[in-house]
Order: sequence, then structure tokens, then C-alpha cells
Amino acid sequence: MSSVLAADGIVKRFGAFTALDGVSFRLERGRTLGVVGESGSGKSTLGRIVMRLMAPDAGVVTLGDDDLFSMTERQLRMARRRIQLVPQDPRHALNPTMTVQQSLAFQLRAQGVPTREWSARCVELLARVSLTADYLHAYPHELSGGQAQRIAIARAIANNPEVIVADEAVSALDKSVQAQVLNTFAELQSDLGVALFFISHDLAVIEHISDDVLVLNRGEVVESGPTRAVLDDPKDPYTRVLLDARHSAEAV
Amino acid sequence: MSLGTTSAASGGQLDDQTPLTLDASNVSVSFRSPRGGWNTVVDSIGLGLERSQVTVLLGESGSGKTVFARTITGMAHPAAKVEGTVEFDGVELLSADRRALRRLHGDRIGMVPQDPNSSLDPMRRIGGQITETLLQHGKAPNRAAALVRATELLELVHIADPERVLHNYPHEISGGMRQRVAIAIAICCEPELIIADEPSSALDASVGVQVVRLLDDLRERMETAILFITHDIGIAALIASKPHDRVAVMLGGRIVELGFAHQVLHNAQHEYTRALLAAEPSANTPRGELAVVPDEVRMRRDWGPLRDVEPGHAVASTPQEVTA
Ligand SMILES: Nc1ncnc2c1ncn2[C@@H]1O[C@H](COP(=O)(O)OP(=O)(O)OP(=O)(O)O)[C@@H](O)[C@H]1O
Ligand SMILES: Nc1ncnc2c1ncn2[C@@H]1O[C@H](COP(=O)(O)OP(=O)(O)OP(=O)(O)O)[C@@H](O)[C@H]1O
Ligand SMILES: [Mg+2]
Ligand SMILES: [Mg+2]
Repeated sequence: MSSVLAADGIVKRFGAFTALDGVSFRLERGRTLGVVGESGSGKSTLGRIVMRLMAPDAGVVTLGDDDLFSMTERQLRMARRRIQLVPQDPRHALNPTMTVQQSLAFQLRAQGVPTREWSARCVELLARVSLTADYLHAYPHELSGGQAQRIAIARAIANNPEVIVADEAVSALDKSVQAQVLNTFAELQSDLGVALFFISHDLAVIEHISDDVLVLNRGEVVESGPTRAVLDDPKDPYTRVLLDARHSAEAV
Repeated sequence: MSLGTTSAASGGQLDDQTPLTLDASNVSVSFRSPRGGWNTVVDSIGLGLERSQVTVLLGESGSGKTVFARTITGMAHPAAKVEGTVEFDGVELLSADRRALRRLHGDRIGMVPQDPNSSLDPMRRIGGQITETLLQHGKAPNRAAALVRATELLELVHIADPERVLHNYPHEISGGMRQRVAIAIAICCEPELIIADEPSSALDASVGVQVVRLLDDLRERMETAILFITHDIGIAALIASKPHDRVAVMLGGRIVELGFAHQVLHNAQHEYTRALLAAEPSANTPRGELAVVPDEVRMRRDWGPLRDVEPGHAVASTPQEVTA
């Protein structure tokens, strides 16, 4: 099966520091790749590179059949809609001068959704992330941390993307709203075949949502494969530390 | 007994003699609604924070946790209408002037904001920001000593290569590293009160546990009172580990359940708390079928006042119980 998103041998350096060192992965239609790894291991950097927000020093990213970094401006504009990012820092990613409704409508217009349908679509998008229509007129600074995160998710979904790169996209949510958002993601996957590149430090979430996992440590892939296989029998010491810490936190 | 909603003494406080580090009573916060009138997002909350005690604040996203935490340290949003009183060592924080507040913050009150970007200056290196805080509050005699201390602080929050990070600007470090820098700055003056707003939300379980140990160690040594906001029940149980530590649960601007940690986490009485604690992601649940808090519980806003159900444990009754 051909992949919707793949990376091969990605290297990224910041000065003398190597943040990513030969990272490769493949993500198929309708599947979820969970990305875990210590804080600072390079997860967000990898996310930025597959969004072409940053260029790698070496390696190739392919979106569908196209090489992401040799696309023309026009191809890139099209590609931008096929792959959507929910950034780790959602508040700073939302335009501070736009209300929630304006932000969402902006995406709907880009897709050619008729004006008269915007308002109903916006309400429906908010419902998918457990928010009422009351928030349509709110500005980003008037939202709580978890509400801003949910607007970033709604905005990504509004584009009907093929791939969502979710960078800690449910980490600021209470467990019930988190469950609602995870259910929404699952629905998008089964109904529309959306693929998820799902970065999270929360192993319970990763176990629930991922088909495969990729474990990063200091910029290198130390383990990857089907979720059950990796988490039930971790080969890498770092993966074991993560699992142990989780079990000790759960034991209390 | 007075109505629990406004009394700091109700719920999780057995002993009236224990000194309060911070005493918030009847705190309400409203914002102007775009449709006219005011939206009340924090509704007459009373909460006392005892010396050496951890109070965990759980609750719905948007229930008012951050607004409440910022307000009681005198940092309410300028557009907010604030009512009530908050006392910290004889100072009324809601009416204190900016100079008095600036003296307290950093020195005696440490804040870890939910969004670490909001407290870090994007134009200055991490090292400069930490050393300046240390020098400003007299925690280091000179720049060289401050730099040594800054390195130690980054090691304390388990940042692997502190020398590199000291030279980095905030945008050059990862989300979890920024969060830990904010924690390092909040604890560097060993304050009497720490308000930590989801301080481990970007950290994995292993580092999260280490941050909890660090805060726990501080309260042992300095008798620091800690208000700890989190969505992570495992972390909540871990930080509220002493018998007198408490958990408060917020919904729609109110505290709907308050008690000692074991009471709330193991014997929850409020419908919302029970449903929230049951909503955990699991590999055993098929995708798309995770349980959520039912809307009729989540959206309901007519809970009665907090009433004691056992010593130290107060619950906002359901409307039926009130009329019954
Ligand atoms: N613009 C930059 N300049 C210099 N160093 C950078 C830059 N961006 C990232 N880094 C470094 O690269 C490393 C990886 O950062 P990244 O944000 O990818 O980590 P992460 O795995 O997402 O961590 P977290 O779980 O904390 O979000 C970090 O050590 C960081 O300091
Ligand atoms: N400046 C503001 N203007 C108007 N409304 C605001 C403002 N700040 C916060 N609010 C509203 O107040 C409510 C409480 O927000 P708060 O940030 O305290 O929530 P929270 O409990 O911390 O949520 P989260 O868990 O998502 O961080 C929200 O509904 C939010 O929209
Ligand atoms: Mg990251
Ligand atoms: Mg908050």
C-alpha cells in the first residue's frame, strides 16, 4: 500500500546540535502513527519538517507521490490543505485579531464552501470538540488553554485534510473533553480515511489511538512497529523507563 | 455551619488552627459578554491554602481554573470584573497596588503559568532571564554566582544539557523544556506559595514524576503552600500524597467537590467528579467509543451550595436534594 506521508533519512541540525539524525517513517491512509519520546527528543521538529515549516539538512519527505521540498509554490498551496497541523502551542498559532468564527470561516472559504453554509458548519465543528456556539465570537485571548487547543483542532478538521499532524493536541484537555476529541479523530479516520501523525507524551492516549508507534530518543528512532508489540515488549531502555514511570504513577 | 460556597473553612480543613498562607473568600470574576451584560466565569469561590499543604484543582476545560488562580494572586486580566477578598500575610491582594504585587511575585509567590511563553521574554536568552530573577530578589551576590545557580536549577528540572539551554532563546527550546524553565524560575526564590497551572502538561510520566518530587521537596523544606492545577489524575494523586492534602473539582465557575485527596479520588460523591474520573483513555476501549461526561451533567449550572458529607469532604448538592 502506498503511504500518504513518508520521511526518509531526515537530519536536522541547529548549529553544532543535531536535533534529528536519520529519521524515517511511513504513514498509511486512515492509520495512526503515534510519536513518543523524551522532552527535547525532536518530535516537534520532525512535525515542523513534515509540514514544510522548516527544511531538513538531509532527507526526503513525500506527501502522497510528491516530494514535499521540490514542490512549486502552487503545488505547495494545494498540499497545505491536504496536511494540517495542530501545533503544540495553539494560542500563538491562532490569529489574535480573528474571532473563532472568522478563523474557521477563513478555512471554509478556502475550500469553496458556500457562504450560507458557514455558520452551520462552524457550529458543527465546535460541537465536535465539545464547545457550544457561545464561543463563535470569542477572540483567542479570551479562550482557556484547552479551548484554544480545541479551536486549533476544529480549524485543522475544517480543511478535510488527508493527514493531521497533531502535536500534543489533547494534552491541555480534561479527560472527558479529551475522550470526545479522540472519538472525533477516530470518526474522521473511519469515515474519511484521515491519517494521523500523533505526537504525545501520554502513553495511555498513544495506546488507545495508535496503530504503530515511533520512539525517538535524542533525535534517533530507537524503536518502531505495531503499538502492542512495542509497548508490550519494549526493546529500548528509554521506552521501558517511560512505561515504568507510567505504571508507578498509576499505582497510587 | 455557614454555606460552604463562601467559607474557606469548609471541606478539607479539619483544624481551624493551621495557619493559612492564602485565604480567598467569595471570589467572583466576570467578563463583558459580546451579547451585553456580564459572563460570570468564577462564581463566589472560597478557598484557603494552608501552609505545607497541596491543593489540587481538577475540572473541566474552561471551568475557570486559570482565571481563579491568576485572580487570587492579584494578576486578574485588566478587562475582568473581580469581587471578593484574598488575603496573603495581611495584604489584601485584590486591592494591592502593582508595586506591592511585584515585590511579592517571584519572591514570596511563585507562578508557573499554563502557557510558559507568556512569562518568558522571547527576545532574551534563558540564562539571562533566570539570572536576572535571582539577582533581582537577592538570591545571588553577583552574575557569576547567579549563572552557577541557574545551571543547577536547570539540572533540578532534569534538563539534560543546561549549558546549551542557558544560551538558547525561548523559541529554540522544546515545549516541555520551556515548561521546565518556567518551573525553575517559579521555585528559584523558594517561595511560601506556589501556583502551578498544569506544570506537567507537556511532560512525560517520568519527568512529570520528577517535577512532582521537586515541588514536594520544596514544601517539606519551606512549608510552601501549593495550588496545583492538572488534568492528570495520576499526577494529582502523586502530588497530593500527604493526609492533609486536598483535591477540589471545578465545573462552570464553581467548586463542586472539595475534600482530602483520598476522599475525592477514591470516594467521589459528586456526579461530575465520578464521571470525570471514569473518563480515561484505554487501549481496551474500541476507538471512537471512549466514555465522556454526559452533557446534562457537564452543562448543568444549578448545583446547590457545598455541604459536608463527612468531616473534611464537601459536595455541591444536586437541585433535587436541596428541595427534598
Ligand atoms: N530553532 C531552534 N534552534 C535551536 N535549537 C532548537 C530549535 N528548535 C528546536 N531546537 C532543539 O531541538 C531539540 C528538539 O526540540 P523539539 O521541540 O523537537 O523537542 P520535542 O521532542 O518536541 O520536545 P517536547 O516533548 O518537550 O515538546 C531541543 O533540544 C531543542 O532545544
Ligand atoms: N479575557 C477573557 N475574556 C473573556 N472571557 C475569558 C477571558 N479569559 C477567560 N475567559 C473565559 O473564562 C472561562 C474560564 O477560563 P479559564 O482559562 O479559567 O479555564 P480553565 O479552567 O483554566 O480551562 P483549561 O483547563 O482549558 O485551561 C472560559 O470560558 C474562558 O472562555
Ligand atoms: Mg514538542
Ligand atoms: Mg487553564
